[in-house]
Amino acid sequence: MIKHEQIETNLGLMLVLTLLAISIGGLVEIVPLFFIKDTVEKVEGVRPYTALEQRGRDIYIREGCFLCHSQMIRPFRDEQMRYGHYSLAAESQYDHPFQWGSKRTGPDLARVGKKYSNEWHVQHLMAPRSMVPESVMPNYPWLMTPLDTSDVADRMAALRITGVPYSVDQAELDKNTKEFGAEVAKQLHIPDAQKNLVAQAQAGNYDGNPNDVTEMDALVAYLQVLGTMVDFSKYDNDRFVQYR
Amino acid sequence: MSQDKAQAQQQTTGHVWDDDLQEFNNPLPTWWLWTFYLSIIFAVVYWFFYPSWPVGKGFLTGTGTITYKNDKGVEKTTHWSTRALLMKDLQDARESQKKYLDKVAALPFDQLKTDPEAFGFVASAGGVLFKDNCAPCHQSGGAGKMAFAPNLTDDDWIYGGTYEKIQETITNGRHGIMPPKGGADLNDGEIDSLANYVLSLSGEPSDAAKAKAGDELFHGKGVCFSCHGPDAKGNKDIGSANLTDKIWLWANVPAAGTAEKKVEAVKAVITSGLNKGVMPSMKERLSAQQIKLLTSYVHDTLGGGSK
Repeated sequence: MIKHEQIETNLGLMLVLTLLAISIGGLVEIVPLFFIKDTVEKVEGVRPYTALEQRGRDIYIREGCFLCHSQMIRPFRDEQMRYGHYSLAAESQYDHPFQWGSKRTGPDLARVGKKYSNEWHVQHLMAPRSMVPESVMPNYPWLMTPLDTSDVADRMAALRITGVPYSVDQAELDKNTKEFGAEVAKQLHIPDAQKNLVAQAQAGNYDGNPNDVTEMDALVAYLQVLGTMVDFSKYDNDRFVQYR
Repeated sequence: MSQDKAQAQQQTTGHVWDDDLQEFNNPLPTWWLWTFYLSIIFAVVYWFFYPSWPVGKGFLTGTGTITYKNDKGVEKTTHWSTRALLMKDLQDARESQKKYLDKVAALPFDQLKTDPEAFGFVASAGGVLFKDNCAPCHQSGGAGKMAFAPNLTDDDWIYGGTYEKIQETITNGRHGIMPPKGGADLNDGEIDSLANYVLSLSGEPSDAAKAKAGDELFHGKGVCFSCHGPDAKGNKDIGSANLTDKIWLWANVPAAGTAEKKVEAVKAVITSGLNKGVMPSMKERLSAQQIKLLTSYVHDTLGGGSK
């Protein structure tokens, strides 16, 4: 039997026991979610990000957007009225790490996709106060610099390890085709990542300049897809109550 | 009684550090202990009513229930959850606003404007929708933004200012396109002439000789008339601008201090054309009812005309 005094006078032992004691609360709350079958809702349309969107997401994280913007619409009336349908767990199943956040200095961005035009995003990221006079968001003029696309395949390969179904060979490509359709599956193929990225940036022309692929292209492509993958008009408004 | 003596009478944990450093072992205050016991009792009661412990692949749902009607009017009863509570909140909101929403749905636009109760609802609910969805581009008062989004408070409407046209614009969005005339189509001198002509149409200072040459280009080689019309008054069906008034959106003529700068501003638009002015479609984000509210708000509170 360990005596109180032995713990108090043995720093290493106390550290281990303290960690054990405080981890119980966290484990009890988190671990069951991995086993409860309804945690991730069954819903159509959610897919991993394309190469360009994924690079945009990396820039979102690099610039610390998550410090002021959450991506989690909670199931409250005021949030539903302002931002749209509450966020589903399924919608961030390919996010590593997720961007739910807990701090809103700016508005929630979970469904900002397609709400504004590309030009608005470009102008607003370059000089937020030119669009929203009372904004306290910093300017991000350096986003108009060329995007480094050389390592996009590596970035996707890393995400593949965490479970995002990016494909590396024909068998996986076929599997994705079955699950997401041919168009999406092509975008998820790692060997074509760089080519796909450039093609999407030039076709989408997110930054207003079709010739260059800039960081702005990537970030705006990412912002424009946020929260748009699920078509909620297909479901009754209480469709996702059954999962909680 | 000295302090030392008082301490000596109290119980210590028995640990001694640095010769005389001891730790009291006093009982906890009664109020604290009872608060602690009560919070444990509260937790047990809470488990009984609300979802709590995970069991196998599910969880204990508790005995508490929520009954709500979904947006199709189907009544459902389920165990307590924040999502079900939201459905109840939304149902309550629908019911408390029903009186107004029914009126908004039933009345045509011109009667909506004259019904004080319904229009009060338009002004407040439409105003909230405007601030959230429209103000980022058209600015909070609807005055628009030069070279970005048109002013909604004046009588000049690019795609038409009738209720139907405004409703169509909000529902489907807009995308303004003007082909670039620089490069292969027209040389710099010709574009200079055209710019002078365009400025002369609205009484801005311009070079008469160049404007005359521009007139010919406008109605000839430049093919400008095919969209802006032979009288340059624009065509609301395709959103081509009226060039004869003093309202500018893409070329910032009003802010250009000198005649040369005004010409430069117009030349820039003619040379590169326009492939912006994208207004997103709102039909996936807003319900038909919300779009009707917004239409009425834009038309009747911002001072927009019906032309």
